[in-house]
Amino acid sequence: MNPARGSLLGIEHLEAAEILRLLKFARRMNPDKPRPLLKGRRVLLLFYEASTRTRSSFEIAAKSLGAHTVLIQAIGSSIEKGESLLDTGYTVRAVGADIIVIRHPNAGAPYLMAQHIDVPVINAGDGLHEHPSQALLDAYTILRNKKTFKGLQVAIVGDIFHSRVARSACHLLSKFGVKIILCGPPELAPDIASTLAPGVRVTRHIEDALRGTDVVMLLRVQKERLAGMKIDLPDYIARYQMTPGRLKMAKKDTIVMHPGPIIRGLELTSEVADGAQARILEEVRNGVPTRMAILARALGRMR
Amino acid sequence: MTSSEKNRNHRLSASLLIKGGHLIDPAVRIDAPMDVLLKHGRVAEVAVPGKIKGGADEKFDARGLVVAPGFIDLHVHLREPGQAYKETIATGTAAAAAGGFTTVCTMPNTAPVVDSVEWIEWLREPERGAVVNVFSIAAATRASKGAILSDFRALQAAGAIAVTDDGKPILDDGIMREALVLGGELNFPVVQHAEDTRMTENCSMHAGARSFRLGLRGMTAAAEASIVERDVQLATQIPNARLHVAHLSTADALKSVRRGKRAKARVTFEVTPHHFTLTDEDMRDYDSNFKMNPPLRSASDREAILVALADGSVDAIATDHAPHAAHEKEMEFERAAFGITGLETALALALSRLHREKRIPLTRVVELFTAGPARCFDLRGRGSLARDAIADVTIFDPKKKWTFEARQSLSKSRNTPFDGWQMTGKVIATIVGGKIVYPG
Repeated sequence: MNPARGSLLGIEHLEAAEILRLLKFARRMNPDKPRPLLKGRRVLLLFYEASTRTRSSFEIAAKSLGAHTVLIQAIGSSIEKGESLLDTGYTVRAVGADIIVIRHPNAGAPYLMAQHIDVPVINAGDGLHEHPSQALLDAYTILRNKKTFKGLQVAIVGDIFHSRVARSACHLLSKFGVKIILCGPPELAPDIASTLAPGVRVTRHIEDALRGTDVVMLLRVQKERLAGMKIDLPDYIARYQMTPGRLKMAKKDTIVMHPGPIIRGLELTSEVADGAQARILEEVRNGVPTRMAILARALGRMR
Repeated sequence: MTSSEKNRNHRLSASLLIKGGHLIDPAVRIDAPMDVLLKHGRVAEVAVPGKIKGGADEKFDARGLVVAPGFIDLHVHLREPGQAYKETIATGTAAAAAGGFTTVCTMPNTAPVVDSVEWIEWLREPERGAVVNVFSIAAATRASKGAILSDFRALQAAGAIAVTDDGKPILDDGIMREALVLGGELNFPVVQHAEDTRMTENCSMHAGARSFRLGLRGMTAAAEASIVERDVQLATQIPNARLHVAHLSTADALKSVRRGKRAKARVTFEVTPHHFTLTDEDMRDYDSNFKMNPPLRSASDREAILVALADGSVDAIATDHAPHAAHEKEMEFERAAFGITGLETALALALSRLHREKRIPLTRVVELFTAGPARCFDLRGRGSLARDAIADVTIFDPKKKWTFEARQSLSKSRNTPFDGWQMTGKVIATIVGGKIVYPG
């Protein structure tokens, strides 16, 4: 079965025009001025993995559109008793879900769901694969600060290998001709990452990544996913941590982004996290209107 | 003699004449129109058309068809004992017959593991319902735990034709050496699924651009090649050791095997139809019917394997037929079971990919299904239709077009990436011990 219309499984196969349509609609959304576009509809939030920002942001977005939300988490549900992903999907569909928002530790889990369940499925992060709503809210944030994608250079620094945020960001920005530089040690930023999309290159040197850059996107070193990798954290900090000194190597008006959660003292210092160039909390704020647009689109109400 | 043969002999029609076909028997270098007379379960006579005198109880009109020695598959999972919900000997061998295989070698990674004489005997009982010859490959170590060798002597005496810990590679150098030493003394092949599992934890496909893009942890070519290299070195050092590398999938591993063969080590290897047909780029939308171990590799790995198929290096095509129930496949890609079915699609894929696309002669393709595998495991009387050979015959139409539909498979399982594929080349009849078993 093909995924239901309105599903958002990833950025890779989304057309640039559709991305712009979503971002444009998001600008009209405001959680403080609720619009009942999804009045009475049911949004099922299926979270197989921990989340603060994404979950609360989807929940507030759904409610701002007048929808009911139900949160199902792995702990405390039948998932704990061994129910399969598809059986959980059939169950929430039978309960009356109109949209399924799913966060899952396995890459591709939202595809499986969308191939079998006849309601729109929104990927809220699947394993190491994609995090499309994050890429869209980041694009929204970049456009608010830089007006256009034209001529931009974005550096993404840190654990690229384990980052679904990085994969989605590369796909999205590449569609608009943005120059993307991935930076980190080979274990975290493997050379193969440059094959993700046109305009992506990999560097080991932070100076190289920052020179002439308009946006610096930092990523957390995902200790919980490092299984077997030997990453020397003090060495990582010495070479890649974002400090006020390093930030000066980038353009004067460069902005600092981070999908969170941030680990102060590791990928960035507190001065940078709380500094004038940081847009980290703005990203979180922008998550709500962006996800309102995603949910409205899911049910064909993005008009 | 296997149980299926014993079973069949008493209801055997005394003689069967296969008339008008084109015989391809690579072992004796025949590639010509020939009639073949089968009598009492053996090949009685092979002669130019119309020269066989005297009547036969039954005749088979093979005009326009290729007549070949019965196909042999060195690597199938029939899932018994213990996993009859995936496949049984009866359903698995029915699928084998439909695919033209008259002999299959079944793997021991069942529940329990086949590591004892009792289970080898159980597998041969007529109640299992085998319609083609089934040979057992026994576990190389007790319960395939990789610690203590199983009783090779007793297993061989009971009819096992090789040993392996398929799916759980022997990593310990000392144990592998012991297995090859004892196997060498007994002229008993040791089959290795070459994968350094310390390097492939949580991996679900080949490591490359595609796995990176899909966010799936990848198995490197080195995880296969390093084990093959070690095993080939051992086989080169140990007198008479016989190593058979299962489902070889990478160009690097191929280099090691070629080196071993040049050094006159007794090293043989098989490749699968899916590895010479597909690459890691073919998997779409996390379809777990494209998930198997070893995984689909890069285009350059596939190219290296195609070269080796053409130049005579590859010893056998084996399917690694690995049936799984729907609920074990319809799940998150990373959690889905490894393996695909393959018995019914092997010949058509070989004809399309190897013969028509790569221009490999039909005799070579047939050799890879017959004389080649027979040599790997010393299957005497099989793999050729010389006079007095066992009357196992595969008759196929190399040009017949058909569509493979998974739901019509005779296997119990449907896990195949080839569902709906347009195929060219179809098995018309499969004869085991002189008796037509397909079509049934």
